[in-house]
Amino acid sequence: MKLMDVSLLDWSRAQFAMTAMYHWLFVPLTLGLGVIMSIMETIYVRTGNEEWKRITKFWMTLFGINFAIGVATGIILEFEFGTNWSNYSWFVGDIFGAPLAIEGILAFFMESTFISIMFFGWNKVSKSFHLASTWLTVTGATLSALWILVANAWMQHPVGMQFNPITVRNEMVDFWAVISPFAIHKFLHTVFSGWVMGSLFVVGISSWYLLKKREINFAKNSILIASIFGLSASLLVSLTGDSSAYDVAQHQPMKLAAMEGIYKGEKGTGLIAFGILNPEKKMYNDSIDPFLVKVEIPKMLSILGYRDKDAFVPGINDILKGGYETNNGKAMSFEDKQERGLAAIESLKEFQNSNTKHDEATAMIEKTKLKKNFSEFGYGYLKHPSELVPDIPMIFYSFHLMVALGLFFIALFGVVFFMTYKNTIESTRWIQWICLFSIPLGYVAGELGWIVAEMGRQPWAIQDVLPLKAAISGISSDSVKITFFLFLILFTALLIAEIRIMLQQIKKGPEME
Amino acid sequence: MISYSLLQHYWWFIISLLGGILAFLLFVQGGQTFLFSLSKTNDERKLLVNVLGRKWEFTFTTLVTFGGAFFASFPLFYSTSFGGAYWVWMAILFSFVVQAVSFEFQSKPGNVFGTNVYRGLLYFNGLAATFLIGVAIATFFTGSDFIINKGNITEQLTPTISVWQNPLHGLEALFNIRNLCLGIAVFFLSRTLALLFFINRISHDVLESKFQKALLLNALPFVVFFLIFVIWTLLSDGYGVNPNTLEIKLISNKYFINLIEMPIILVAFLLGVVAVLYGVIRSLLSKEFKSGIWFSGIGTIVTVCNLLLLVGYNNTSFYPSINLQSSLTISNSSSSEFTLKAMSIVSIFIPFVLAYIFYAWRAMEKSRTNMEDINNDHHSY
Repeated sequence: MKLMDVSLLDWSRAQFAMTAMYHWLFVPLTLGLGVIMSIMETIYVRTGNEEWKRITKFWMTLFGINFAIGVATGIILEFEFGTNWSNYSWFVGDIFGAPLAIEGILAFFMESTFISIMFFGWNKVSKSFHLASTWLTVTGATLSALWILVANAWMQHPVGMQFNPITVRNEMVDFWAVISPFAIHKFLHTVFSGWVMGSLFVVGISSWYLLKKREINFAKNSILIASIFGLSASLLVSLTGDSSAYDVAQHQPMKLAAMEGIYKGEKGTGLIAFGILNPEKKMYNDSIDPFLVKVEIPKMLSILGYRDKDAFVPGINDILKGGYETNNGKAMSFEDKQERGLAAIESLKEFQNSNTKHDEATAMIEKTKLKKNFSEFGYGYLKHPSELVPDIPMIFYSFHLMVALGLFFIALFGVVFFMTYKNTIESTRWIQWICLFSIPLGYVAGELGWIVAEMGRQPWAIQDVLPLKAAISGISSDSVKITFFLFLILFTALLIAEIRIMLQQIKKGPEME
Repeated sequence: MISYSLLQHYWWFIISLLGGILAFLLFVQGGQTFLFSLSKTNDERKLLVNVLGRKWEFTFTTLVTFGGAFFASFPLFYSTSFGGAYWVWMAILFSFVVQAVSFEFQSKPGNVFGTNVYRGLLYFNGLAATFLIGVAIATFFTGSDFIINKGNITEQLTPTISVWQNPLHGLEALFNIRNLCLGIAVFFLSRTLALLFFINRISHDVLESKFQKALLLNALPFVVFFLIFVIWTLLSDGYGVNPNTLEIKLISNKYFINLIEMPIILVAFLLGVVAVLYGVIRSLLSKEFKSGIWFSGIGTIVTVCNLLLLVGYNNTSFYPSINLQSSLTISNSSSSEFTLKAMSIVSIFIPFVLAYIFYAWRAMEKSRTNMEDINNDHHSY
């Protein structure tokens, strides 16, 4: 029997991460710019002012360029679950497949039908039909985000399912449980971050026109809409970010510990406002202080994570050693979980053997044992506690930089809105430069968010149930290497083309009607 | 009372219907293969690109939904075929990735690679996607080489359940002549449908005369290769399932027997073929007849849908393996009863989705497209 190629796992992870990160360069702008241009078209339809039509059409052109490459990079992600994670597709396909199918039926068709009217229907359908098409296109895009994020949230917090040892897979038993608060918070946080990205883009590009002293009215009108929308969205991002972090504290304590660089837990834990990790700390269990410098807000992490200023926040070593109190009783150590995971795997094996031999009594006993230990099933594949510890510096810095950028965006939109209201934005060049250079920061913040969410839950494909090493397809690492580089080259080439086309369109500016 | 078996049959019908719609919508890909042959001037090429460019998203979305629905309803197929026939699926996906940007980017200033590169990519998508999808679907009848052992999940070092035995990972399907026949048939079908679509949509004297001539040259090889595939398949062994023991075995003329034992499918299949031929032949005989795409399009949907029903129903393995007992049937590869039920409730929305697609399509296509329309369109490609 051919043993699994270890580098296959790394290349498969790299391919999924690369394609997902490319995809996420385009989706937030689609979500955010889509709503902004819909608002602008609504103003046009309500006021009849042709200037708003011109403004809408300009942003719609940029939306179209971005949308095309977002679609191109998205299709591969759906199919990669099958091509690269075939075990995963069977083991949880009964639950995970449903949101993907619903996404196709209810969201993608809405998007693809009405986008055609949005782009090509200006002279073919009535104003109100066109406006409805624009809103329905954006609604379709947002609904597609809902379903894929429901699926992603389920991987982080698997609920509403039961393992069936006969079919050897998890089966859905409660559809509504899958749309959990975890999923809703994740969806809202992600979509609002897309709205922030769209606002940064509109404010930044419009500022460029102000810097060039071109299209002044167009730029000021665009900035007004985008700054109000961006300020609202960035405040909503912080609120939903709090809910998401609370969910992480409840269900993914290791991720929370990595986000805050906590190795040893304590009651009344503070939140790191600023910190520099000690590069000398190589192992989770050495005695080296994890921080060179840190500034804490006292007790804040306990308050945010557990809504209790004196709550105990477990560190990495506590999670591995267990023994602390949780809502579900005393936490188990890695060794205990590993033992239960191995017992669950063994029970499944014995269940299958006895089932083949029609030994129903033994099958029943093994099924009961399996059910008892199934919540730790995935730990049976792990060999060492270190496999549970994600890349701490990567998660810590990504999280803190993301939060800092989120706070910066609130301040930026606040200042821009104030200046627009006071009519000083046109003459204040420093804020125009800041707005322009803030565009890439929105992309950075979005990617950092996904690094925290996905790298922070390693080694799991499905939290506690299926590690990536057991989720993989039976192909050679060379095959994945080749497709990795093919997609890397293709996506990079398309990205370069997209940026150049965008820049040309921006230079050209909005067209006269 | 809705039984588990009924749900499995219902979902195979939905998959077959989506497969039929996808086959029809591949006319966009077929049209892309005409960009360098039918059109000689830039204006002509622009017209072809623009009428196709208003429809490419439908094909793309149907493909994605087809994949999603397969994942949700028959996840063992998803994991076995996509994880096993890696190279065929990756090549198909690669061709769709390049298509998605090519319409939008090809005429935009600053597109780095030039208009012809993007049009070349559209040509590549038209050729590769139609041919490879045809080859991949043919393996539903001819079989592949994989083994499924769910017990592998308990082996920590070799946990993979579905193992593809052939090192070519799907490319071996290209060495089977029957698979190639369906691949070539789908390629020419897509071109035939594209020509019927152009006849219906485009108002351009020079191009219109070319559509008529090209139609015969593409419809003929389609009919020939399709008939070879169908007759060969009906006369070949098929993969049947013993409903009592669930044992899978080769049965002589299984697909022919299926047609006889399922007369509704037989009649629908034949009606579909007649509709395709009617659309083509009437378009060839009369220059005034512009509605061939609707007859041939609906005929394609009905024919392909019933071809897939033929391979899934009546105790047949829809994704057979030469290691017979690993073959996939609609009962051994489907999702749980609960999931199929939940998904069936969602599928109630499908007629609603089809209705708004039809409404939107009609709203946009009140008259045939000419160069003036394209030149006056702010967003033309």
